[in-house]
Amino acid sequence: MLQLYGQEFTSRMLLGTAQYSSPDILRQAVEASGAEIVTVSLRRESARARTGQAFWGLIEELGCRVLPNTAGCHTAKEAMATAQMARELFGTSWVKLEVIANADTLQPDLFGLVEAATVLSAEGFDVLPYTTEDLSAAERLLAAGCSVLMPWASPIGSARGLINKTALQSMRAYFPDTPLIIDAGIGSPSHAAEAMELGYDAVLLNTAVAKADDPVKMARAFAQAIEAGRLAFEAGLVEPRDMASPSTPVAGTPFFKIDHAS
Amino acid sequence: MQILLNGERFATDASNLDELCATLGFTDAKVATAVNGSFVASAKRSVTPLAEADEVEIVAPRQGG
Repeated sequence: MLQLYGQEFTSRMLLGTAQYSSPDILRQAVEASGAEIVTVSLRRESARARTGQAFWGLIEELGCRVLPNTAGCHTAKEAMATAQMARELFGTSWVKLEVIANADTLQPDLFGLVEAATVLSAEGFDVLPYTTEDLSAAERLLAAGCSVLMPWASPIGSARGLINKTALQSMRAYFPDTPLIIDAGIGSPSHAAEAMELGYDAVLLNTAVAKADDPVKMARAFAQAIEAGRLAFEAGLVEPRDMASPSTPVAGTPFFKIDHAS
Repeated sequence: MQILLNGERFATDASNLDELCATLGFTDAKVATAVNGSFVASAKRSVTPLAEADEVEIVAPRQGG
């Protein structure tokens, strides 16, 4: 079971709710994914359109735990105010904390992130920080009060997968007991499976499902890949080798001559 | 007076944030508010006065990744 801030979850897939072609496709994709946690945001509400009111009705129907984000915030102050608004709006102390450093890469501003995480944790938030694989920032975030870390695989929406796999392996090894969720950059189910095989606890994604030709089918594909990756991690993967090693027993091979073995 | 509502100039006679929300039809809506960059809880809107050039944010749930 996945455990995050005292809550248990069967699914290890967290799904974003943005960019779907229709509310109905979003609903079907969430159901197909089996996700128990969906990310949401907050945006300026128009008195005429009242877009947010209808969206909230849909989210309530899904019955999932919501994880509000602070997407688009470029300073700790903006992120903190957004988190506070989200806590009241969604009735949850959980927040996917994003402080963005750069509009082209959407890379986390690790300094602002630690600053905001420190304040929000002290205010009783359960902070799930969108971070990088940087171990020193990770330690600062844990010291700030975070119990979960969410490193990127690659830039948000890039679909590049695990571009720094070695560092992500180090992070997993360095924090064996901290729930680690890969957040951002996942493009295909194989990327998600790869993250899970490394021992990551869960995967959070949005674009790869929402922008697929068939988001509902893709949601199912990701769910199966994430489950497969987790099973593989639990089963224990064999170590890679540089040279071949016969899987069929050598002993008793017909016509075997000793010089074949060298 | 003129305020900045959700990033746009807006003329209002509302003396506090709660009145502004009511004017906009948000009394029972699922919205959250901030004034000049700081969160204002719904219970505090009626005691949060508005002044010329205040920057007011009124937000609602939206799709997110």
